[in-house]
Amino acid sequence: MVQYSQGHFDASFGALSDATRRGVLEQLWRADASITALAERFHMTLTGMKKHVGILERAGLVTTEKIGRVRTCKLGARGLQEEVAWMEMYRQLWAARFDELDMVVEELKRKENVNGSK
Amino acid sequence: MEVSKGNETTVERKSDRELVVTRTVNAPARIVFEAWTKAELFRRWWVPKSFGLNLVSCEMDVRVGGQYRLAFLHDGSTMEFFGTYLEVIPNSRLVWTNEEDGGQTVTTVTFDEIDGKTLLVVHDLYPSKEAVEFGSTAALPESLAQLDELLASLGSSSETN
Repeated sequence: MVQYSQGHFDASFGALSDATRRGVLEQLWRADASITALAERFHMTLTGMKKHVGILERAGLVTTEKIGRVRTCKLGARGLQEEVAWMEMYRQLWAARFDELDMVVEELKRKENVNGSK
Repeated sequence: MEVSKGNETTVERKSDRELVVTRTVNAPARIVFEAWTKAELFRRWWVPKSFGLNLVSCEMDVRVGGQYRLAFLHDGSTMEFFGTYLEVIPNSRLVWTNEEDGGQTVTTVTFDEIDGKTLLVVHDLYPSKEAVEFGSTAALPESLAQLDELLASLGSSSETN
């Protein structure tokens, strides 16, 4: 089981509270990208994307590096931990979902037994 | 009294495009399949109660080419998830698209019955990098929206375990 602290989430919660920023993180989990490419992908201005990336950067979720005229964004160390935590939360979502599925299934089994024993 | 160990849910990122969830359910495949394909049953478990999300409607036309549509109400706004069933093999396999993100993510669920129990494998295939040079974030809105809810519920329930 992955260990993580609640405080860790509280700290990055603000950065993660925005759909675009979550999208940017997801994008960077797949591959590094320039701010220009991210702006295009999310149909927003360069200035708007710079603002989002800045927030993610301050939260330690993303790092950026300027090479020539291009600023490339990649997942920060925190972002990588975040992925592990994200997977754990995704697992918890499914575990909770399946627990409720169990209840529905048990009910169906009982009904079938009742009908079958008539 | 004997305490039976719960069946474990596992999640694995098979590649940067694939996420796989597995779980065994203590029932034959035909029963589990029924719970996945009848809207009145599906809506009872798909959104865990701990979520605080309100499922306001759930329509499912489970046949090849049929559509599904789930609508949630949360904090006054509505979220919709919808798509098309690509494959429907009774008691064995379901494949659907997630069209709220442009139809680029495909979910495959297989039902494998072993000794009266069913091994469920839920496989999400996200768009390839090549296939979606533009707007490929698509894949995640659903799971990230769900993550949001989970974050919120984890934050509010101080300790659940």
